[in-house]
Amino acid sequence: MKVRLRELQPFDKEAAEAAIKHDHGLHPHDEYLKPGRIPHIWCPGCGLGVVLTTFIEAMRRKNITPDQCAVVSGIGCTGRVAGYLNMDTYHTTHGRAIPFATGLALAKPDLHVTVFSGDGDLFAIGGNHMIHAARRNVNLKVICVNNFNYGMTGGQVAPTTPLGAKTSTTPRGNAEPGFNLPHLAHAAGAVYVARWTTFHPRQLVHSISQTFDKTGFTFVEAIAPCPTGYGRPNKLGAGLDEMKFYGEHSEIRNGAPPGDAEIELRGKIVVGTFIDVDRPDFLTSYNSRIVSAAQAKGKQKEKVKIA
Amino acid sequence: MAHKDILTGEHFIHGDAACAEGGLAAGCRFFAGYPITPATEVAERMARRLPEVGGVYIQMEDEIASMAAILGASWGGVKSMTSTSGPGFSLMMENIGLGMMTETPCVVVNIQRGGPSTGLPTLVGQADIMQARWGSHGDYGCIALAPSSPQECFDLTVHAFNLSEIYRQPVFVMADEVVGHMTEKVVIPPRRELTVVERTYPNMPKNDYFPFESTGSLPAPMATAGQGYNVHVTGLTHDERGYPVITDIVQERNVRHIVDKIRKNAEKIIRVEAIGLTDAEVVLTAYGCTARVARQAFENLRDRGHKVGFLRLITVWPFPSNLIRELAPRVRAFVVPEINYGQVAYEVERTAQGKAEVMLMALMGGSIHTPEEIEDAVGEYL
Ligand SMILES: Cc1ncc(C[n+]2csc(CCOP(=O)(O)OP(=O)(O)O)c2C)c(N)n1
Ligand code: SF4
Repeated sequence: MKVRLRELQPFDKEAAEAAIKHDHGLHPHDEYLKPGRIPHIWCPGCGLGVVLTTFIEAMRRKNITPDQCAVVSGIGCTGRVAGYLNMDTYHTTHGRAIPFATGLALAKPDLHVTVFSGDGDLFAIGGNHMIHAARRNVNLKVICVNNFNYGMTGGQVAPTTPLGAKTSTTPRGNAEPGFNLPHLAHAAGAVYVARWTTFHPRQLVHSISQTFDKTGFTFVEAIAPCPTGYGRPNKLGAGLDEMKFYGEHSEIRNGAPPGDAEIELRGKIVVGTFIDVDRPDFLTSYNSRIVSAAQAKGKQKEKVKIA
Repeated sequence: MAHKDILTGEHFIHGDAACAEGGLAAGCRFFAGYPITPATEVAERMARRLPEVGGVYIQMEDEIASMAAILGASWGGVKSMTSTSGPGFSLMMENIGLGMMTETPCVVVNIQRGGPSTGLPTLVGQADIMQARWGSHGDYGCIALAPSSPQECFDLTVHAFNLSEIYRQPVFVMADEVVGHMTEKVVIPPRRELTVVERTYPNMPKNDYFPFESTGSLPAPMATAGQGYNVHVTGLTHDERGYPVITDIVQERNVRHIVDKIRKNAEKIIRVEAIGLTDAEVVLTAYGCTARVARQAFENLRDRGHKVGFLRLITVWPFPSNLIRELAPRVRAFVVPEINYGQVAYEVERTAQGKAEVMLMALMGGSIHTPEEIEDAVGEYL
């Protein structure tokens, strides 16, 4: 058949370069931000910027350069974090950031691979991957931004939405309880589990920097305001009010059993570092149990041949 | 090294094992999969062999995760592969699309069984051919190879890896249960006789590197994580830098690049085995296990003096449309036996443009054609 196409408009490298030159370097974090990607897409009052900043601060604190890191995201407002960071970043499919990151981390064991994604992405569509990666103890740092709803698609109910909370698909309130994420991560086998809110940026920086020292599956939940999708229908006010609300309702209990971290609508929010343990990560275990056995057998064979 | 990655020599192995050995010989060092009949043996062989040669085998929680993991490993600079059958292939579709959009080389082996749904877990089918072509949403170019023997399972898996590196995208090895479970002699050549395409990495200054640029209908070299190019890789419509740009203008460039790199290089990619086409009045067109019986039928008919041609598709996608188009006015009919209710036959009919008759010999799955049935069908046109 004949095919008629519109004329292609070629990529204007110079214009892209000029735009970058114009803006990039003005922000104190620009070394860590991809040239030409700001302004970001997030709403005013959104908590995502705070979480992104705490991640960058943690990298700074640990003297970790962008070349030592890779960030993998799923889909959602949180999923867009990857695209703003000036390192190798992978914006994958909805729910599949963890298995993608698993492949990446196993192929490049020297990299710090961080999964940055939303609560819906990680615990609804991606819930199965989350628990299996924790069980295997893949060397991944998961930062879950929990805004109690699906922000990107306009504020629908999520697996973290508290019982009774309103969202666009629970207009009369949620009939289901939400997950207790730290408890779930702990039960699945994570070696580090913490929860903070964006009201606790210093603690968030501290927790994220601690995860840079761990080998294995770490989990940090960052509760963040989403004034657009969650704050408004639940009468939590603007982004700042919602953040204050989370701050006021928080109770810092480092070392608390994760089972105590259940969240109820307008109830208290237990925050802190709950779990910090060590056990061999997937690759250590694979190398010591499987690879060494496979290669020892190979050497034996060789000896027989030589004899 | 104590263990060899290329098992040079003669082996008596099944097609599944040969796919695994082909992967290893091509340099595959990461396999993520999920057990499924009749493809499980590929994974089992990889589980045993990969740790011997410095690779990693991981059994994921499902095929969605398996496909995601091999994409991640590929960006980590390691050649990667998975294997599955119908139900798992369905689950892989969204991430296959991600692989197409992000131009990520890797190989997916599908040992086809009868479908739809759970269908015939242990018995043959060839009904995923169109799914390989169109299964993930949106437009993209597709390369799918169809081995007809365990030897070809080895050869074509190596070739699939090479094509995946050249065109920077997932490539399918569309085997079937008969070929996968058939045990035959497989000759693995010495390393120096194997063509293995290694990945091309960028070496230009960072500002001059455009990871998603199209150069003469070919993809750009691929930077590995941690190499220092700070690449952004996204399934969103993106510009040549990899930055998401949600406009019709960039969509036009993005999609045309990932389709055209296959379309414009199709004649280079296409491989067929053609016998007796010069004077053929009827052309038997087949692939995979079906081509073996079709070949027998072809020889029997030729022995009886009939002007029959044999056209075996080694690449099912891209489809050899030009060849069919050129043959159509010269032949009476194409007879297409396949184990589905019409997939490649439709493509033959479409490209023959009414200039020759097309007969689909359809089997729904679970058995293969007999040479006699095929001879009988061809007889209708002699
Ligand atoms: C397979 C699939 N289903 C649905 C969607 C639509 N979708 C995009 S983002 C999203 C939810 C994101 O919520 P969450 O992970 O909580 O992230 P947030 O936007 O709140 O940061 C959904 C359902 C999709 N992209 N892919
Ligand atoms: S919808 Fe919510 S999560 Fe998304 S950018 Fe707006 S405030 Fe942030």
